[in-house]
Amino acid sequence: MPHELAEIFKSYQAEKGAVIPLLQKVQENLGYLSKEAISEIAKFSGISESEVFGVASFYAQFRFTPRGEHSLKVCLGTACHVRGGSNILETVERELGVQPGGTTSDYKFSLERVACFGCCALAPVMVVDKDVHGRMTTTKVKDILGKY
Amino acid sequence: MCIVEVEGMRGFPTACTTPAMGGIVVKANTPQIQELRRNILELVLTEHPHTCLVCDRKERCQPYHICLRKVAVTTGCIMCPKNGRCELQKVVDYVGLAEVKLPYTYRDLPILRDSPFFDRDYNLCILCGRCVRVCQEIRGVGAIAFTYRGSDALVGTAFDYSLEEAGCQFCGACVDACPTGALAERAAKWEGLPERVITTICPYCGVGCQLNLEIKKERIISSVPILEALANKLPLKNFVFQGTPNKGQACVKGRFGIVEFVHHPQRLTNPLIKENGEFKEASWDEVLDLVADKLQRYKGDQFALISSAKITNEENYLSQKFARAIMGTNNVDHCARLCHSPSVAGLTQAFGSGAMTNPISDIGDAACVFVIGSNTPSGHPVIALEVKRAISKGAKLIVANPREINLCRWADVWLRHLPGSDVALLMGMMRVIMDEGLADLAFVEERCENFDAFKQSLKDFDLDFVEKVTRVPKAKIIEAARLYATQKPATIVYAMGITQHSHGTDNVFAIANLAMLTGNIGKPFSGVNPLRGQNNVQGACDMGALPNVYIGYQRIDNPDIQKKFEDFWGVSLSPTPGLTLPEMFDTIHSGKIKAMYLIGENPVISEADAKHTEEALKKLEFLIAQDIFLSESARLASVVLPACSFAEKDGTFTNTERRIQRVRKAIKPTGNSKPDWWIICEIAKRMGGKGFDFSDPSEIMQEIAKVTPGYGGVNYQRLEKVSLCWPCPNEESLGTPILHIGTFVRGKGRFTPLSYKPPAEMPDKDYPLILTTGRSLYHYHTGTMTRKVFGLNFLEPEGAVEVNPADARGLGINQGDKVKVISRRGEVITKARVTEASPPGVVYMSFHFAESAANILTSATVLDPVAKMPELKVSAVRIEKV
Repeated sequence: MPHELAEIFKSYQAEKGAVIPLLQKVQENLGYLSKEAISEIAKFSGISESEVFGVASFYAQFRFTPRGEHSLKVCLGTACHVRGGSNILETVERELGVQPGGTTSDYKFSLERVACFGCCALAPVMVVDKDVHGRMTTTKVKDILGKY
Repeated sequence: MCIVEVEGMRGFPTACTTPAMGGIVVKANTPQIQELRRNILELVLTEHPHTCLVCDRKERCQPYHICLRKVAVTTGCIMCPKNGRCELQKVVDYVGLAEVKLPYTYRDLPILRDSPFFDRDYNLCILCGRCVRVCQEIRGVGAIAFTYRGSDALVGTAFDYSLEEAGCQFCGACVDACPTGALAERAAKWEGLPERVITTICPYCGVGCQLNLEIKKERIISSVPILEALANKLPLKNFVFQGTPNKGQACVKGRFGIVEFVHHPQRLTNPLIKENGEFKEASWDEVLDLVADKLQRYKGDQFALISSAKITNEENYLSQKFARAIMGTNNVDHCARLCHSPSVAGLTQAFGSGAMTNPISDIGDAACVFVIGSNTPSGHPVIALEVKRAISKGAKLIVANPREINLCRWADVWLRHLPGSDVALLMGMMRVIMDEGLADLAFVEERCENFDAFKQSLKDFDLDFVEKVTRVPKAKIIEAARLYATQKPATIVYAMGITQHSHGTDNVFAIANLAMLTGNIGKPFSGVNPLRGQNNVQGACDMGALPNVYIGYQRIDNPDIQKKFEDFWGVSLSPTPGLTLPEMFDTIHSGKIKAMYLIGENPVISEADAKHTEEALKKLEFLIAQDIFLSESARLASVVLPACSFAEKDGTFTNTERRIQRVRKAIKPTGNSKPDWWIICEIAKRMGGKGFDFSDPSEIMQEIAKVTPGYGGVNYQRLEKVSLCWPCPNEESLGTPILHIGTFVRGKGRFTPLSYKPPAEMPDKDYPLILTTGRSLYHYHTGTMTRKVFGLNFLEPEGAVEVNPADARGLGINQGDKVKVISRRGEVITKARVTEASPPGVVYMSFHFAESAANILTSATVLDPVAKMPELKVSAVRIEKV
C-alpha cells in the first residue's frame, strides 16, 4: 500500500464507514482514484471494490483517471454559450484529442467543461490552471495551448 | 408495482415498506392504482425490449420459438431465454398494459460473457436492484453494484472488471433473483420451461441444500435452490424457512455443478469385469453371480467394506448390514474416518453425542461466532452466509486459521496460529477466561463433571508458553478469550483444521471444554458445531458404517446390543470391533485382508500417503468398486458395478445439522446403472442372505426406524411434509434441533484435562516447511464430480501450492513457476501461487487434483490414538524449483 494511503487511513480508523469523506481525502492527495486506491479503500472499509466504485461513480466530483499537469476549463455558461463557447470547446477537443472529463495521453492537460466563471464580460472564456483567457477565438486556442 | 391505497393515508404508499397496523384498510387493486402501475410499467419498458410483451399476436409466434430465439440480440420475449418465467410478462398481464406509447431506447450494451455459467445482457435490465442486494446483503460478496447514475446507471463491477476479478463466487443467486432475462444461465438458456420439477438434496457438501431439479426429456436442465421449499406446506407460524438449511441459497457447485456430472458421457453404464488386465462389459446377472460366488470365499475378517458418505442412509444401513450379517465381519468404515471421526469420538465422550449441537440457522443469531480450523466460505459456502448474517447483525467474529481466509476480512480478532497448535491456543484462551473470572462456574457446577482435573491441567498453559507454541501474540489470545466468554450466546464452528491431526480428538476435547467453561452449550444460538464435509457423512455414521458401532452408535462390544442385533437380523455376529480405514490398508499389506468392497469412494486420492493406499488396493485378491465414474481407485478393481447418481434414486440424506431430508428420484438411471441399495440386496440374496428383500427404500427406512432410537419417528410419509432433526424417537416427536438442553445426552458434560502435543512431523533441516491441505470453493474432494464440469475447471483448472512471498524469495520462486513439493513419502509437481494468504513457513495445497495429489505427501504413520485419524493437516516438506 502506498505510504500516502496508509497515512490517510490512520485518521479514519475510528469511522471506517465514512467512505465518501475517505474518497474525497484520497482524491485530494492522489489527484484521482486509482484502481489500487479503490481496492485499498475497499479492504479498509470492509466492503467490496464494486461497492466503493458504485458510490464513487455516482458523484461527479470523483475521477478515476489521473489529472493532467494543467487543468483546462472551457466555459459553456449562458454568456459564453451565446458568444460561441461551444466552438471553443470543439476546437480544444480536436487539438487535444480528448473529451471533457478526459486527460491527454501525455498527461499534460485535463479538459473540463464548466458553467460560468463569473466573468461573463470576457466571454467566451477558457481557464488554464489559474490563468483566465477571455474573449477567446478558435484561432487563439492553438497558441495558448502551445504556451504550456 | 407494490403501491397500494391505504384509507386515511396520503398518496400511494409501497406495500413492502408500510408497517401494517390494526384497523387499516388497504386496497391493492383499484382502477386508479392500476392506471398508475401501467404508467410506471410503461416507463420501465421504454428501456426494455417489449415488442412481444404488448403484441396481440404473441400466441401465434409460439411455434416459431425455436428458430427465432437463437439470435444474438434479444428484441422481444420470443427471443428471450426467460420467456415464460419473466416477471415482467406477468406484471404486464396483471395490470393489462396493451401499448407502450413512449419511444423505445435500445441501450446497445455488449452482452457480457465473462462468467462460465451465465450471460449478462444489461439491455434487458430494469435496474430493480435485486441482484445487487442479494450479492451484497445475503451473499456478503458485493461483486456487483449500481455504477454511475441517472440515465447512465448500470449494474456493474468496479472499473468493468470481469466477474472473477471483482470477487464473484458464481453462486448464481443473482441469476435466480433476476426478474427478466438480463441474467441467464447459459447451459439452460434455450431449454425453455421444464416439464417437471423435483425437489431433492444437493449431493456435494454436508449443508444439505434443498434444490429443485428441473427436468425436460429425462434430462436435468438446471438445479435451482428453492425459496419456499417445505416452508409453504407447514402451518403459517412455522413459516420462516423452517425445514430448510439453505434458505433459498446454494453455492456454485450445487447451482451449476450438477447437470454436467449427472449427464457426463463418462458415467459408468454397464458392469465391468476385469480379464487379463482389461475391463470387459458384462450383464448384471453375470457380474452379480461372479461377485456372490467370489465373496463366499472371503467371509470373516479377510473381507472389508468401505461404505460411502455420498450414498443414502438406506444404502449405508444395508452396506453395514451386509458386512456384518452376511460377511460376518465388523470391518466396515467410510471416509468420516478422515474427517470427523475425532468429533464423533471426542464429542460423544464430552457431551454424549458427536454431531452439531445446534441448527445451521442458529449461527446467524449468535452474538459471537468463533470459527476455528474451517475455511467456511470455501468448504461450506452456505453456512458462511449464516456467519455473515451474524456479522451484519453486529455479532463479533473470531477466526483462528493459519491461512488468511475470506472471513478474516470481517474478523474482530484473527488468530493466525501455527498448524497443529490448536490445543495450546484453546487452552490459552481458557486460562485467560479462568484467570479473569469470566467462566460460567454455575453452569460448570450444575451441569458438568471432572472440572478439577481439567483446571489442574490448565496450569501448564501460561501465556508465554502458548505464545511461543502458537506464534500468536498474547494480547490477541486475551482479546479473543474475552470476546468469546462475554459476548453471549457464542457459537463455535469448526471443521477439518481441528480434526485432521494426530491429536485431533484432543483438539475436539479442547473445544468442548471451552464451550462448557463458558456455558455456551445446550442453549439456542450457542453450541459446538462440527461442519460435516459430505452430503451424507452424518447419516453414514448414524447408520453404523463404522467398525466399532452398530446403527445409532450402539457399541459392538456390548453383549446386550450384539444380542439385540443377532435376534433382529437372525444371524450370529462377530463380537470384535473391526478395522478403521487406515488400518484396513495396513492389514491388506500384511496379507490379512484379501477382498474389499468399495462403495463410492476414491481412497487413492483422498487417503493420506496415497502411494501406500494404491499399492494396497493392487495387492487385493478381489476388489469390487461401485461408483458412478471409473475413478482412480475403481480402475484397480476386479469388478466395477455402475451405480446411479443421487438424481436417479430415492432415499434420505442426513445433513450436518442432523436433519433427515428426502432425496427424490428425478430421472431414469443412466444406462444400465442401478441404485446402490438394489445392488447390495442382489449380492446379499445371491449369497443366500435373509432380510434383503426390499422393493423400495421406504421399506428400508421402516427397518432402520425399528432399531435406531434416534430415527424411531422417521418415515417417508412424514418426510414428505417436514424434514426432521434427530433424535426423533417417535412419530409424535418433531425432532430435536438443539441438543443438550437442560441436561447433556450423556448426563453430565465431561471436562477433559489436556496437555500440549506437537504434530507428529515438525519441520527440520531437510524438510523446512509445513504443508497444510484444504478444499477450494470450486472443486469437491477428489474431483470425481466437479472436475467433469467445464465451468468449474475453467475457474480453477489445476492445483497449486500457496507460498508466502518471504519463503518464495528465499527459494527463488515466482508466481506461476513450476515447483516440486517433496515430503518423506513422495513428491508432486505443481504450480506456485505466491500469496500472503499463507503465513511464512507454511505452504498450502488443495487435495482435489489427481495429477498433483497433495495426499502423496501426507503421512499415515502416526494416527490419532482414539479416532485413528492420520495427520492430514501437518506434514514437513521442502520445495524445489523445477
